[in-house]
Amino acid sequence: MLNTLFSGDFPRSRWLTGLLLLIAVALLLAPFLFPGSRPLDTAAKVCIFIVLVASYDLLLGYTGVVSFAHTVFFGMGAYGAAIALAKVGPGWGALLTGGALGVLSAMVLALLIALFSLRVRAIFFAMVTLAVASAFAILVSQLFHITGGEDGLSYSLPRELTPAFRLVQDKVFDVRIDGRLLTYYLVLTACAGLFLGLLRLVNSPFGRVLQAIRENEFRAEALGYRTVLYRTLASCIAAGVAALAGVMMAVWARYTGPETTLSMDIMVNILLMVVIGGMGTLYGAVVGATLFVLAQNYLQTLMAGLSSAVSGVPVLPNLFAPDRWLLWLGVLFILSVYFFPTGLVGRLRGTGSGR
Amino acid sequence: MSDRLTHGTPLRPPLLSLSGVHTHIGQYHILQGVDLDIPEGQLTMLLGRNGAGKTTTMRTIMGLWQPSRGEIRFDGAGLAGLPTPEIARRGIAYVPENMGIFGALTVQENMHLAARSGPMDSARLDWLFEVFPALKKFWKSPAGSLSGGQKQMLAIARAVIEPSRLLLIDEPTKGLAPAIVSALTGAILQLKSFGATILMVEQNFAMARAVGDTVAVMDDGRIVHRGLMADLAADKALQERLLGLSMDMHQ
Repeated sequence: MLNTLFSGDFPRSRWLTGLLLLIAVALLLAPFLFPGSRPLDTAAKVCIFIVLVASYDLLLGYTGVVSFAHTVFFGMGAYGAAIALAKVGPGWGALLTGGALGVLSAMVLALLIALFSLRVRAIFFAMVTLAVASAFAILVSQLFHITGGEDGLSYSLPRELTPAFRLVQDKVFDVRIDGRLLTYYLVLTACAGLFLGLLRLVNSPFGRVLQAIRENEFRAEALGYRTVLYRTLASCIAAGVAALAGVMMAVWARYTGPETTLSMDIMVNILLMVVIGGMGTLYGAVVGATLFVLAQNYLQTLMAGLSSAVSGVPVLPNLFAPDRWLLWLGVLFILSVYFFPTGLVGRLRGTGSGR
Repeated sequence: MSDRLTHGTPLRPPLLSLSGVHTHIGQYHILQGVDLDIPEGQLTMLLGRNGAGKTTTMRTIMGLWQPSRGEIRFDGAGLAGLPTPEIARRGIAYVPENMGIFGALTVQENMHLAARSGPMDSARLDWLFEVFPALKKFWKSPAGSLSGGQKQMLAIARAVIEPSRLLLIDEPTKGLAPAIVSALTGAILQLKSFGATILMVEQNFAMARAVGDTVAVMDDGRIVHRGLMADLAADKALQERLLGLSMDMHQ
């Protein structure tokens, strides 16, 4: 059964298995282990970013395609659900229809970009996607009567997903079983399903062809594989999964704006998460996204504690001041890339090949 | 140009024929009118000095370089202009010079990739395991961790796991130890005994002599000699004229 669930692609390292189990248990029991809205928000974002980063890894790590338009697809899913909920009202019909349209539009856009630019050299494809990302961000900003412009959109969710909804009247382990908790488990289940689906995909014959293309496109063609077709399909699937992650982000955050879905910062973060976790491993997405989102949310708190702990020492309190968190985040990433060039998963597997 | 093919081989239409094929790579005019026939069921050696255009000929047949002029016909149909995957799907398998394996994938995954039409033929796989026992031993290992000889065996096994009409093999013994060359020679002879049609580029003349039926020699992007391999092997003066050195000196 485990073999079927993980498509025969196991972590292949005791340390990695332990780390993944720890992350899985922490996410599964997050509402009970770490009460409060901030830890739950962090856990939900970890889930969503695992899927978003895994979908990007399908492109970058498995197919060797460098794209800067991944946040566009993430944004299209989020805006699809957000616009429908804001304009039609907080119903399941609006959420599902808007989300589905967002996902479909993302896949169609990915198809168009691929058809027009996947035949050119990798660097030109990357440039095309960069241009598309910029153009889409401007479009969203200009169409403010639909998208809310720079302010974004706030909306209500279907009643079952709101904090006011009670699934069970009494608390369980001192935790209220409300719509927010339901939303969290909905997001967690969907993310787990999508991740396992991607794992199945990369371990299928289709996934093997993608890896062959990544290694050497000409050799794959000489074996009879139409590489443009495979890369186009991979782009569309990655876009669809990124858009689904966007729908989940829209549902979880109850707000969708350019800063939370389309910004270049998010694109750079996704790239960092893939590289830190380990390209072409999918499990790298789990490790990379978890570490990154945790660092984003808790490094400041950690540094505040450190700063007060060394308050009597000259220079150090200033060095660890919470507002210097981005500097330390940068240092941590440089160190991780320097010491783990094949990513954390590559290092833990001890293969040195990142696979 | 001498042409003694008519004496030793049946007069059947060739499986592959190149007529006046020119190929440019950037500003360089590499193939300058290649005329070559590959008879069905035989192993044709393509010999020549370094830079004569042998690999470019292989790559042009596979569509990896498009010919600028001339005609390539395979089983009666034109190949020029077709994309590489379509040429492969018509039944031409290619073992490139640099082995062409996918190092990050396992031996098993490499073989699965080659079996485009679905599951691998178990009888064919058993035969390949017999010919190349290392493949069975390292079935689940990353192909990148194999030795040079094992990689070459994998490259050839991958090319023949799916039935093909024509096999193009580019310098299979390059950089391999003599014991591995001997194993490869045995494997290619077995392939021949099953009636495979092969076009092979090779610098190791001992192997060329052992496996070749017919031979074409290239120089400066053209075919300058066609004939029987046995005739070339027996004529030292011809070898020195065409190849610069005799085969004995090359071994």
